[in-house]
Amino acid sequence: MSVLLQAGPVLAEGVIDFNIGLLTRNFWAITVDGLTYGSIYALVAVGYTLVYGVLRLINFAHSEIFMLGMFGQYATLMLLGFGPSGNAYQQGTGQTILYLGVAMIGGMAVSGGAAVALERVAYRPLRKRGAPSLVFLITAIGASFVIQEFVHFVLPHLTGKTLGGVNAQQPIRLVQPAVQFNVLGADVSNVEIVIVVAALVLALAVDRFINATKFGRGIRAVAQDPVTATLMGVSRERVIMLTFLIGGVLAGAAALLYTQRVPNGILYSGGFILGIKAFCAAVLGGIGNLRGALLGGLLLGVMELWGQALFGTEWRDVVAFVLLVLVLMFRPTGILGESLRGARA
Amino acid sequence: MSTDTVDAVHVAPHLGVGDRLRLWWDSLSRPAQWGFGVPALVLLALLPVLRPPVLTTVGTDFGGVMAQFGMYALLAIGLNVVVGQAGLLDLGYVGFYAIGAYTVGLITSTDSPWNQTDEWLPQSWGWVVALPLAVAITAVSGLILGSPTLRLRGDYLAIVTLGFGEIVRLLADNLKTLTNGGRGLSQIAYPVVGTSETRPTGVFSAGNAQPPWNAGLFWYWLALVAIVVVLLVVGNLERSRVGRAWVAIREDEDAAEIMGVPTFTFKLWAFLIGAAIGGLGGALYAGQVQFVIPTTFNVINSMLFLCAVVIGGQGNKLGVILGAFIIVYLPNFFLGRTSLLGIPIDGNEIANYKYLFFGLALMALMIFRPQGLFPARQKLLTYGRSMYQAARRVALAVTGDAEQSEGAR
Repeated sequence: MSVLLQAGPVLAEGVIDFNIGLLTRNFWAITVDGLTYGSIYALVAVGYTLVYGVLRLINFAHSEIFMLGMFGQYATLMLLGFGPSGNAYQQGTGQTILYLGVAMIGGMAVSGGAAVALERVAYRPLRKRGAPSLVFLITAIGASFVIQEFVHFVLPHLTGKTLGGVNAQQPIRLVQPAVQFNVLGADVSNVEIVIVVAALVLALAVDRFINATKFGRGIRAVAQDPVTATLMGVSRERVIMLTFLIGGVLAGAAALLYTQRVPNGILYSGGFILGIKAFCAAVLGGIGNLRGALLGGLLLGVMELWGQALFGTEWRDVVAFVLLVLVLMFRPTGILGESLRGARA
Repeated sequence: MSTDTVDAVHVAPHLGVGDRLRLWWDSLSRPAQWGFGVPALVLLALLPVLRPPVLTTVGTDFGGVMAQFGMYALLAIGLNVVVGQAGLLDLGYVGFYAIGAYTVGLITSTDSPWNQTDEWLPQSWGWVVALPLAVAITAVSGLILGSPTLRLRGDYLAIVTLGFGEIVRLLADNLKTLTNGGRGLSQIAYPVVGTSETRPTGVFSAGNAQPPWNAGLFWYWLALVAIVVVLLVVGNLERSRVGRAWVAIREDEDAAEIMGVPTFTFKLWAFLIGAAIGGLGGALYAGQVQFVIPTTFNVINSMLFLCAVVIGGQGNKLGVILGAFIIVYLPNFFLGRTSLLGIPIDGNEIANYKYLFFGLALMALMIFRPQGLFPARQKLLTYGRSMYQAARRVALAVTGDAEQSEGAR
C-alpha cells in the first residue's frame, strides 16, 4: 500500500506544469494568436448557431462541411496552377490577395454545396417523417462518417491520389508569414491580419444579411415561430436551405483562413476537433444567437491559447472541452443567449 | 382450424417473422425456454471451436474476433441501458470503457507508478482483484459525470458526453507520469488459469495463440459469462420499478416528472449502471490485450458502439448484441478474403471502408427504419407474460378453440 501513498507527490509534481510566467510574458502575443483562431471558430460557429436557431438541431456534420471546404480551396489552388511547395510563392500583395480570394470562393462553393446537399439527402427526409431530434443527431453522425471516409478512401481514387487519403495534403503556401507591425510587444504577422480582417468582414456581412435583408427576416421569422412564419408566406423549406447554405459558405471561408494559419491541417479527420470547438463557441455565446456565436468564437480562441500557455500545448483541447462542460453546466443559455428553449430540465 | 398448434399465425396473421418468433418464444414455458436457450448458447460458445467453413474469418483469428464481439456486446448492452432504455444519448461512452481499462492497467501494469502487484498482490491475481475495482471506479465516474450534466437534455447531453469522452482520452494521453502517455501501459495482469507444458502462461495469456483453443476463445467464453450475468441483471431491472421509470423518462420526461417519477435519480441510475457495464468491458479488454493505449479510446469508437445499439435496435437487449456482432464481425469477415461465393473480391479494401458503410447504414436506417433492425416492442413489462397468456386464453375461448389449445399446451 505504501506505493499508493507515494503516488500523491508524483501527481502534484510533474503531471501538470503550471507556467504562469509564459502567459504574463507573452500575454499580448498569445492573445493576438488566440484572436486569429477565435475568428476562425466564430465563422464555423455561425453555421451551428443558424441551423440550431431555425431547426433546433445540432448539425453534427458541420465539422465535415468545414473539412470539405479545406479540400475545396486546396483543389481551387491546384486548378490555378499552384502545387505543393516548401517555400511560399512570392508574389505581389494584390495578386496574392486575388488568388486567396479565388481559393476562398472555391472553398465556399464546395462547403456551401455540400451543406445544402447534406440537408437534402439526410435531413429533409427525416423532417418529412417528423422524426425526433435524437434521430437527426444519429443521422448527422452517420453523415459525418460518410463524408470523412469519402475523403479518406474514395476521393484519392477519383482524383488520381492527388487529393484525400490517409495523410494530410502537402501545404500550398501563398503567403510567407512575416511580421508587419508590433502592438504592445506582440508581433502581428500578415497571416494574422488577413485572417482577422477577412473574418471580421464576413461576420459583418452575415450580420447585415440576417438583420437587414428580406432573406434574413425570413430566417429570423422561422427561427422565432415556424408555424406563424409559414402562415405569413415564408417558405420554410427555402429558409432552411438558405440557412445551411450560409453556414456552409462561412465554413468554407473559415477553411481557407484556417489553412493559412495551419498549413498542415488539410486532412480527412482535420475538421472533427475544430467542429466541436466551434460548437463550443456557439454554446458559449448562446446558441441560436448570431452575435453570440461570433463573440463566443473569439472568446474561446483566446481562452484556449491562454490555457495552452498556462498548462502546455497538450492541454489545449482539454481547456476547450472543460470550458464547454462548464458553460453547459452553469449557464447553458450562454453569454448573450436568450433563444435557447428547453435545454435544461 | 388445425388441431396441432393454435399459434400466433392464426391469432394475428399480419405479423412479421420477428413477431412470430417472439410470440412463439413467449408461448413457451419457462423450462422449455431454458431447453432451447441453453443449447443455443452452447452452440454460440462453441462457434470458434467448430469454425464453420464460410462463417470463420480468414484474415484474423476467429477466436479473437469472437472475443472482441463479446466485449462489444457487453458495451452495447451497457450503452443500451443509457440510450435505449432511458433515452439519454451518450456520445462519450468510450470514456467509461477507457476508465475501466486504465484502472486495471494502472493497478497491474509494470509501467504504472501505481502498480500494486508484487508487494502484496501476485501478478496472477492482479486482474481478478482489479476487475471489481474497475467496475466500481467506472460507476463512480458515471456518477461524477452524470450528476452535473444530466440536468441537460437531448442534444446538449450528447455534446457534453462527447466532450467528456475526449477529455478522458486526452487525460490518458497527457498525464504522462501516470499513464505513460501515448506509449501506453504494457504487461497488464490477466487471470492465470490452466497452465500446462504447452501453455506455460495459462489459457488467458496472449501467448496462448494455437487455434482453436487459444486465448481469444477463452476470453470469448469469459465475455459470454459476463454477458449472461449482465443480461440477467439488466433484464430484471427492466421489469422492475427502475425499468418502468426509464421507459417513462424516455417517452416523455415532463409527463414522467409530473406523474411523480424522480427523473433525475433514475437518469443517474441509468448512467451509473451503463458506466459500470462499460467499465467491466474495459477491464476485460485490458486483460485480454494486456496493453492499453489512448488511441484505442478515440471518440470514433463511441460512435461505433452507438452504431451497434442503433443498428441492433435501441431498447432491445438481444437486438443490440446482434448489432455488436454486425459491427465487429462484418469487417473481419471481409478482411483477407479474396473471393466470396466464387466471385473475386478485395476483402481488405471492403474492410477498410467499414466506417463508410456504417455511416451509410446509419443514415439509411434513420430514414427507413429508425427503430433499428431488431426493434424493441412496447409491452407491459412487469406482468407482460402472464397478462399476455391470460389475454390469449380469452381470445382463444372467443374463437372457440379453447379446448384445443388446452390440449396443445
